[in-house]
Amino acid sequence: MTILTKMGATKKSDVLVSVHDAKLHYQVGGAFAAMRGKSTVVKAVDGVTFDIRRGESVGLLGESGCGKTSMGRLLLKLEDITGGSIHFDGEELSKVHRKGLKKFRSKAQLIFQNPFDAINPRFTIRQTLSEPLENADIPRSEREDLIIKALELVKLPEPAQFLDRYPHQLSGGQLQRVVMARALILQPEFVVADEPVSMLDVSVRAGVLNVFRDVRDRLGLTAIYISHDLALVRYVCERTIVMYLGRIMEDGPTEDIVREPLHPYTKALVAAVPVPNPDQSHDPLPIGRGAPDPRNPPSGCVFRDRCPSAHARCAAEVPQPRPVGSRLVACHLF
Amino acid sequence: MPEVAAVKTSVSEAVVPEVAAPRRPNIIARFFRTLRLPVNDPFAVAGLVIYLIFIATAIFADSIATHDPTEILYTPSYDLAADLRPGQDGFLMGTTSLGRDVFSQLIHGSRSALLIGVTAAFMVALIGSIIGLVAGYFGRWVDAVLMRLADIAFGIPFLPFVIVLAAFLKPSIWNVVLAMALVLWRDTARVIRSQVLTLRTRGYVEAARVAGSSDFRIILRHIAPNILPLSFLYGSIAIGWAILTEASISFLGFGDPDSISWGYMLQDAFASQALAKQAYYWFVPPGVCIILVVSAGFFITRGYENILFPKLNR
Repeated sequence: MTILTKMGATKKSDVLVSVHDAKLHYQVGGAFAAMRGKSTVVKAVDGVTFDIRRGESVGLLGESGCGKTSMGRLLLKLEDITGGSIHFDGEELSKVHRKGLKKFRSKAQLIFQNPFDAINPRFTIRQTLSEPLENADIPRSEREDLIIKALELVKLPEPAQFLDRYPHQLSGGQLQRVVMARALILQPEFVVADEPVSMLDVSVRAGVLNVFRDVRDRLGLTAIYISHDLALVRYVCERTIVMYLGRIMEDGPTEDIVREPLHPYTKALVAAVPVPNPDQSHDPLPIGRGAPDPRNPPSGCVFRDRCPSAHARCAAEVPQPRPVGSRLVACHLF
Repeated sequence: MPEVAAVKTSVSEAVVPEVAAPRRPNIIARFFRTLRLPVNDPFAVAGLVIYLIFIATAIFADSIATHDPTEILYTPSYDLAADLRPGQDGFLMGTTSLGRDVFSQLIHGSRSALLIGVTAAFMVALIGSIIGLVAGYFGRWVDAVLMRLADIAFGIPFLPFVIVLAAFLKPSIWNVVLAMALVLWRDTARVIRSQVLTLRTRGYVEAARVAGSSDFRIILRHIAPNILPLSFLYGSIAIGWAILTEASISFLGFGDPDSISWGYMLQDAFASQALAKQAYYWFVPPGVCIILVVSAGFFITRGYENILFPKLNR
């Protein structure tokens, strides 16, 4: 597309997205909670740093409430960053407004978790897919063609027949393909996929995942895949970032992390993946259920109160990510 | 969630062959579907019928009325046609103490009621919806400022406000419309704001944002269509309020002396001691008309309520 070539011509840095010490804090509760001495700040993302190279696919892994979706929303400027910075293609996102924002919206896209909610029920598929084209000022005459091409790209058979249908006339798998088509129709450089198959029937997951992988390779997309499912991340991403309570625990090649997890939290995650072999003993690590109240995370290392190998230093000092072999690990054990 | 997905799949498969690729319905059909007139509720249907009669009367008032409602009339024997009983000398509903035809006044009264009701309802629904949309969508200080304004509007006693307004401006039926536009947007705005707060978090609103849609476009295309039935609900409540208010103001003597309304008729009857004269034909019909039209409005409202909140099922 024109947008792509223009971008490519101006800058050619290897790093597309650069996140430095990003923070996203929410105010919760009001004056009353504050008076009773309760913390009123939830640190959804708290000092996260990483770079994404062009063409890389990165899995953002963690249990619910760990800040992975918040991180994704920060990357797309759907939330205003509380602290730190995010650079997209050399430009700082918090300084992008109006014209720049419009350009950014055509380059960075989101694939939604729930396709039943992500499409306006009053819009036909044609109207849904026209919206980004209209916003990018693409002339009316070219739109139909682009819509059909996008639907073919996500392998929706006979796309023309869907154009005048409403979302309730489509199945979940079909809808998720439409959601993907909408994200890809402007040929973005960067796509955040937020658990794109978690709301789908198991039988259609593989199809949608394969389309995602296929399209990503074909268009050379830089992608972030947010999931709580290690198996899915392993299937889609070459690199994985493990998050816990708003911080990065471990960051490295997916295969290394799956084969030999270093951080105690990653170990527990890997151990929790069910093995389809009844003879193999399966004992997940004893880290207890559920993360602590995000308003009052433990001092020092946030994982300390569930960690089987926590020691005195963990309470006193926040572990900084340190390079260990091919990856970064934020743990005092290393 | 898999169950839901499975159900949706089977439903769509079952439905698709029949409705295969419907053509885009024309704009009028879409408008009426968006209006969603409540035709399933018997009360609402009764309300709609009353409204139809009422509107038709207002439109054709000139041909229905037998006399000019403000003209002082005389009997064939050249006496002043004052305080005549219904049927006497061909006056269908009798005459007033000043010799005016009650029936013609009643018919013409529907005009000012309709005019006030519709314009006031339109203003209240429009202003309330816009303020509710803007406050709910933008949140933060915009929301704070607008909702504090609504708090102030909630603190204004309505009837005294209209009377003061009528004292400042020259008496006119538009005082009521102006007063309602200035004060009664508060209820509509509050309710619509809260609705927008939930709609704003829907995935497709976020999706529109990611697709690069402007705030204006998101409000207009993704949020406003969903709050339209609520606007109509509050609009139909406002019709009743406007007619009642105009009647009260006229009855208290702050109305427009040059325009005939039902409230004016009541005031005229009251001032002429119609009750003492047992001239029921004079003040009962306008009273009944006010009750009918106002309650018709509330019946329609009820129908909308059933559509909006199906779980209220009585």
